[in-house]
Amino acid sequence: MTKMSGAKALLESLERQNVKVIFGILGGAILPVYDALCCDTKIRHILARHEQCAAHEAEGYARASGRVGVCMATSGPGATNLVTGIANAYMDSSPIVALTGQVPSSGINSSYVIGRDAFQEADIIGITTPITKYNFQPRTVGEIPTVVNTAFYIASTGRPGPVLVDLPKNVQAETGDVVITDKIEAKGYKSMVEIDLTKISEAAHLLMKAHKPMILSGGGVIISNASDELMQISDLLMAPVATTFMGKGSFPECHPLSVGSIGMHGNPAANRLMSEADVLLAVGTRLSDRATANLDSFAPNAKKIHIDIDEAEIGKNIQVDVGIVGDAQAALKLLLPALASKLRKDESNAWTKRVKEAKEQLSPLLKERPKDLVPKALLLELRKLLPENAIVTTEVGQNQMWSALYFQALKPRTFISSGGLGTMGFGFPASLGAKVACPERTVVDIAGDGSFIMTEQELACSVAEKIPVTVIVLNNSVLGMVAQWQRMIYNGRYMAVKLGKTPDFVKLAEAYGAQGLRVTSIEEFQKAVKTALKSDVTTVIDVPIGSEEDVQPFVPPGCGLPQQRGDY
Amino acid sequence: MEAGKTKVISVLVENKPGVLYEVSNLFRRRNFNIESITVGASEQKDVARMTITVNEDERTIIQVVKQVAKLIDVHEVKELERGNLVMRELALIKVNSPNSKERSDIINTVEVFRGRVLDVSTDSLTVEITGTPDKIDAFLNLMKASGVIELARTGITALARGAKSVRIDE
Repeated sequence: MTKMSGAKALLESLERQNVKVIFGILGGAILPVYDALCCDTKIRHILARHEQCAAHEAEGYARASGRVGVCMATSGPGATNLVTGIANAYMDSSPIVALTGQVPSSGINSSYVIGRDAFQEADIIGITTPITKYNFQPRTVGEIPTVVNTAFYIASTGRPGPVLVDLPKNVQAETGDVVITDKIEAKGYKSMVEIDLTKISEAAHLLMKAHKPMILSGGGVIISNASDELMQISDLLMAPVATTFMGKGSFPECHPLSVGSIGMHGNPAANRLMSEADVLLAVGTRLSDRATANLDSFAPNAKKIHIDIDEAEIGKNIQVDVGIVGDAQAALKLLLPALASKLRKDESNAWTKRVKEAKEQLSPLLKERPKDLVPKALLLELRKLLPENAIVTTEVGQNQMWSALYFQALKPRTFISSGGLGTMGFGFPASLGAKVACPERTVVDIAGDGSFIMTEQELACSVAEKIPVTVIVLNNSVLGMVAQWQRMIYNGRYMAVKLGKTPDFVKLAEAYGAQGLRVTSIEEFQKAVKTALKSDVTTVIDVPIGSEEDVQPFVPPGCGLPQQRGDY
Repeated sequence: MEAGKTKVISVLVENKPGVLYEVSNLFRRRNFNIESITVGASEQKDVARMTITVNEDERTIIQVVKQVAKLIDVHEVKELERGNLVMRELALIKVNSPNSKERSDIINTVEVFRGRVLDVSTDSLTVEITGTPDKIDAFLNLMKASGVIELARTGITALARGAKSVRIDE
């Protein structure tokens, strides 16, 4: 047992959790922790320019690396500014730990305490309860090591997610008896469940009898590092693999059995085959409304097997025939031998031909792509310009859906986007977090002008902290996705979508000390990307595009996947 | 309790601040309706038992149980099987009783319901009735004529019958 301050106990516990970096912004109620950061710690602090971005940076870091990302803010507005980022991590099951300062839990002769509406007091425990896996507010210095260990354990195990630790200022500042330990205290928490082997054999039985098996791979496959196992199963079954939006990258999209991602703006081959399959193996997905569209026409002919680590996801949106609760990798590892012992691979069946045909129907559309600077051409080109392991983040809206449709993700953890919450402004700070996690790799944010403006101030952070990334702004001077909906569903009555004269993104980048480039042709785009990849400062590439460009194809609201309209 | 769809869920939780909020907030956020909720000590130190009644269909109840089970501070959660549980609710009822004739009528009724008179004043009686919600409803129905001045019901608390306990596995 050692005497030390709460702040010191926090940092030592974080180091013990192997934390290398914290994204944060300080303020009054977290000053003791920042004071301790001054000396004897190996932890790097990256000063974000808005707390929301600190949380997105932590998430980008987590999703690129698979490690827990850490963000920190002061009490009150600092903490509430984290909320969007925490909610985003919750929806996309990303492991982050958020540390917040809080006004003191006790004080002599003072009303600067919790519960008195003190300066910069916000009930962040109450606010974040529905958007965190758990949250803590330690009231003594001695609790801190166990709280930190438990926070990291809960954030990173089971279905990962955000955990918040709210630190009253007096607890940071006071000195107490501390034991730096590995102790974890989470009595009611079950991170792992034993997989039910009878369910595995039921699943194997269904898959063996299948004539048209299909696999749907979700974000859980990436989280549990199950891509190899998934590929072996798809190969054995000769089953086409569609991904959800969150599963993009879990299966290489250049693979002959890949049919892209399903959903509202899904790949037509994926959406079509989903309606034809007779057995569906869905792994690590919560089968969200954007993925399935109308539930009645979601894989209507298929017996459904659903593997998920979160028991509540089984049967939540879709009734399934076999539900397997467990880690995706562990479950697939059990399923693989159960199949391999009884199945011989058959590459010449009718379903394989059908999959090939569905994919070939699309390829002419990809070949005869326009020479103009349209998103499709640009994103197909971008794939060729980037290394296989480059990490791409996106903003939210048209830029995101175009990326889902036309930018092939080849490896897990190389496509990072706000799937569940759909947070505009996520991509740029997430790209910075990813770059910090993987400094040797190329990181590109595919943005729209509307989204980029929401978090563009992080250019200051990227320049000051020397985190060079490339931002490609698909600049149509309009909030494109909602404009598309107004065009298609509200008879073209545009309201509040036109951005007018958007800032000059080249000058904006330069004002922050970053590099700005504008391109007006595919050739210039190629050159600009090459310049950007070599640059040691962040580069913003402004790409003016038409303001009435639609994301096609599209499943109208209320319709099912087979009712997809528009050309690929 | 209505004979309809009401289901009883027994939940063992850490007995610490904020847990009631966590559980009730989950119900609100997931759009599940709570009919009644009671919380109190359980057989184990530091563990509280919540009894929640919910009027939802079977598929929703399965979701409720799974979602509640995910909460870190929840040790155990189970739906109690209909017909295989004991349940009680307590009601305190203050009834108008302006004269001795009416008072003795009410006292007779209380006795039939195996209730107790807790307080008598010149123009009112306060009584305690314990039983199933149906029994309390029936008593209240009989008190309509006299007029109920105040009513406080605790909500249902329940246990599974016999060996089917909801306990923390050691």
